[in-house]
Amino acid sequence: MEELKKEIVLPEGDIGDEQQYLTFIMSGEEYGVDILAVQEIRGWEEPTLIPNAPSYIRGVINLRGTIVPIMDLRLRFGLEEAGYTATTVVIILKFDSGNGERVMGIVVDAVSDVYTIADDDTRRPPELTEDDNSDFIKGLVNVNEKMVILLDVEELLMLRMGMAATPYSIDED
Amino acid sequence: MSVDLSQFHQVFFEESFEGLDIMESELLDMDPADVDDETVNNIFRAAHSIKGGAGTFGFMPVSEFTHVLETLLDEIRSGKRSMEPRYVDLFLQSVDCLRGMLSDMQEGNDPETERPAELRKEFEVILGMEQESAPEEAASEPDEKDGGWLIDVQPHTDLLMTGNEPFRMFRELRELVGEDNFEVTADIDSVPELSSLAPEECVMNWQIKVTTSVPLDDIKAIFEWVEDECDLTYSPLVGTSEVEAESSAVDATGTPAAGQLPEAAAVASPEKTAVVAEAQKSAKPAKAPKKAAESSSIRVSIDKVDSLINMVGELVITQSMLGQLGQDFDLSRLAKLQEGLSQLEQNTRELQESVMKIRMMPISFAFSRFPRLVRDLGGQLGKKVILETIGEQTELDKTVMEKINDPLVHLVRNSMDHGLETTEKRIAAGKSEEGTITLNAYHQGGNIVIEVADDGAGLNEDRILKKAIEKGLVPENNSLTPEEIHNLIFLPGFSTAEAVSDISGRGVGMDVVRRNIQALNGSIEVKSQRNVGSTFIIRLPLTLAILDGQLVKVCEETYIFPLVSIVESIQIHRSSLNHVTGSQYVMQLRDEYIPIVRLDQIFGLRDDKDVVDEMMLVVVEGDNEKIGIVVDDLLGQQQVVIKSLEQNYQKVSGISGATILGDGTVALIIDISSIGKNIVPVKRNQNRSERAA
Repeated sequence: MEELKKEIVLPEGDIGDEQQYLTFIMSGEEYGVDILAVQEIRGWEEPTLIPNAPSYIRGVINLRGTIVPIMDLRLRFGLEEAGYTATTVVIILKFDSGNGERVMGIVVDAVSDVYTIADDDTRRPPELTEDDNSDFIKGLVNVNEKMVILLDVEELLMLRMGMAATPYSIDED
Repeated sequence: MSVDLSQFHQVFFEESFEGLDIMESELLDMDPADVDDETVNNIFRAAHSIKGGAGTFGFMPVSEFTHVLETLLDEIRSGKRSMEPRYVDLFLQSVDCLRGMLSDMQEGNDPETERPAELRKEFEVILGMEQESAPEEAASEPDEKDGGWLIDVQPHTDLLMTGNEPFRMFRELRELVGEDNFEVTADIDSVPELSSLAPEECVMNWQIKVTTSVPLDDIKAIFEWVEDECDLTYSPLVGTSEVEAESSAVDATGTPAAGQLPEAAAVASPEKTAVVAEAQKSAKPAKAPKKAAESSSIRVSIDKVDSLINMVGELVITQSMLGQLGQDFDLSRLAKLQEGLSQLEQNTRELQESVMKIRMMPISFAFSRFPRLVRDLGGQLGKKVILETIGEQTELDKTVMEKINDPLVHLVRNSMDHGLETTEKRIAAGKSEEGTITLNAYHQGGNIVIEVADDGAGLNEDRILKKAIEKGLVPENNSLTPEEIHNLIFLPGFSTAEAVSDISGRGVGMDVVRRNIQALNGSIEVKSQRNVGSTFIIRLPLTLAILDGQLVKVCEETYIFPLVSIVESIQIHRSSLNHVTGSQYVMQLRDEYIPIVRLDQIFGLRDDKDVVDEMMLVVVEGDNEKIGIVVDDLLGQQQVVIKSLEQNYQKVSGISGATILGDGTVALIIDISSIGKNIVPVKRNQNRSERAA
């Protein structure tokens, strides 16, 4: 595992290198995540609710013995709820939180494609409003005359750390 | 050769800590009046290997400090000095000091220097070294000799049996100094008649004369391995020109050359240490791989591994039996299939138990630190205390063991400080002069029970009650039983110590102990009798990884209650509920009022706030306070494996973890004490007046 990580890190160090992105569709827009952060792609299964979690955390599932939270990306981005069917796709993402590896699933409309994108082609996102959704946008890129929004997996999954203020909170000692 | 020594640092630290533990326990067992040679040797060996290792890795402060310690030990070992109680104290302080230095260095910090310097002075005073830096001088001066050396080798009779061949060493020395400058004289006076000669015993002595300038360290490196099996005396060859002055310097230290010089090498300077280092290197790496693996693991006895392998073997057999059965299955063989499945179930359960056992360690690991604690504290308090430990082989989970240590230390301190009376009071009460603290561990049901008992004065009920009333913890006119009064000491902010001492009595004690134990799903109670003593009884689950759970259903969701915290489950009607402040309900259960919590409400599962007519109430006890939790239905009871929710998510209030049910879905485990905290304002007041009633 350690060696694997090292190999992953290496290409990023080289300037002007390329990275592969897995893209998915949500509400007509195409989003991309670093393909190395993708652990697997699964179908939707009903998760177990977590009490007083934010609406976009749908609950937790059992992924071969590991408890994995599922985030509905539509709700996270403030889009309309689309409902879940047998064809709803869950992308399991993993990243190193500095405190061990974290695994989380995101619910998207459909998986689209895999693109190889040169870092140089990536444009910084325009300064948008103070909407915190823009924090986890890594960049924008034009692929075949279409805009793809590249997401920062770590930002995306770590964001929830700051939103511990649930309606039912406990003062820990 | 360029070996990266830093890879062995961890091993060195571990070995050194082990060595310090050995020194400590030997010192504690030692009776200064009647010192056993073997004990002193053990202590000496431990100190010696720490010094050697420290020298090898360039941890000079440690090796310098250990050196003085070792010098005194060596004098005791060789009978030049007898053991005295003050030496034992000094050694114990040095052990602490070394432990501090080593852990500083382990964390990559520079070790503290003041304390070692102080202790070193004390050693030097004892050793009669008035000069500030005597060890360095003693070490460096003889090294500058260039006149040669007279080495007196007096092997112990068992030299040959330890696999050492003196002739090889002499030959090596001859190569070092050159044939012309080398002269060996054998002393065969003590060789007996051939008929009574034991061929395995070494009865000869040798005098070796080296007539050239060779650093003493080089010579000593050759005899390094037999230092413990020989009496070696190195004296400079007097008579050859310029050496007289220095030789008198050696005498001036007042220490016999035999004890002083062999150890001097490591202290002198880094370059000189390198010689010792070289010599030891060959031994170090050989041991390293085994030890390194231990740093991130636990020691498992081979029995446990063997039984595990047996069980896996059985599992494989069962699997192949079932596989064969499945190949051409028809209903006539159903009975066989059922039989096979039950066998599989049994195998799985046994395997699970064995795997859990791997995490188990005997509680002696936790108990072993107490003799020292009791000794030191006894000295500090001026009380004579005997520590008894029973059931040291009782096993419990490693994680539990690590977490139970602090509460145990606190309890023992507390018993010594408050529990045991002073010697005068004990004699007045007609008790033996020495107080006894007993640590007892045993298994009971699925729990491990640890008792901390003292034969002291027992809890003073009047004083506890007075204090509790003073602090407003109980109302003035109450009718608490003695047991209830005793358990008041676990309430937050309670301390009856007449004087706040630095040992215990800061008023934060017992409730913290209780909270720590409850965090482990355990419980604590106290039993006490005036003038007979007090016993604190801790009950802990054997492991933290598996929990006996009660499955409940709330709004189509399954939750798990820890079975240990469930007091009872009852069906109630809404008419038995009383409304207190807003939405808070309480219920009278026998002679108690207990607050009622609706799980569907606090977890935000249902919107309607109505109370249905008939409901299922699970009465649980967390933090010694009862709560009634309303659920929709009770399902079965089963053992569940606790999984972390925080690993991929975050801490969720009211939930202590998750588990995976038989059907593969996730169920959350209820954290009783944090549910209790959410209704604190109502619950506390209600319950307190209730307790008093």
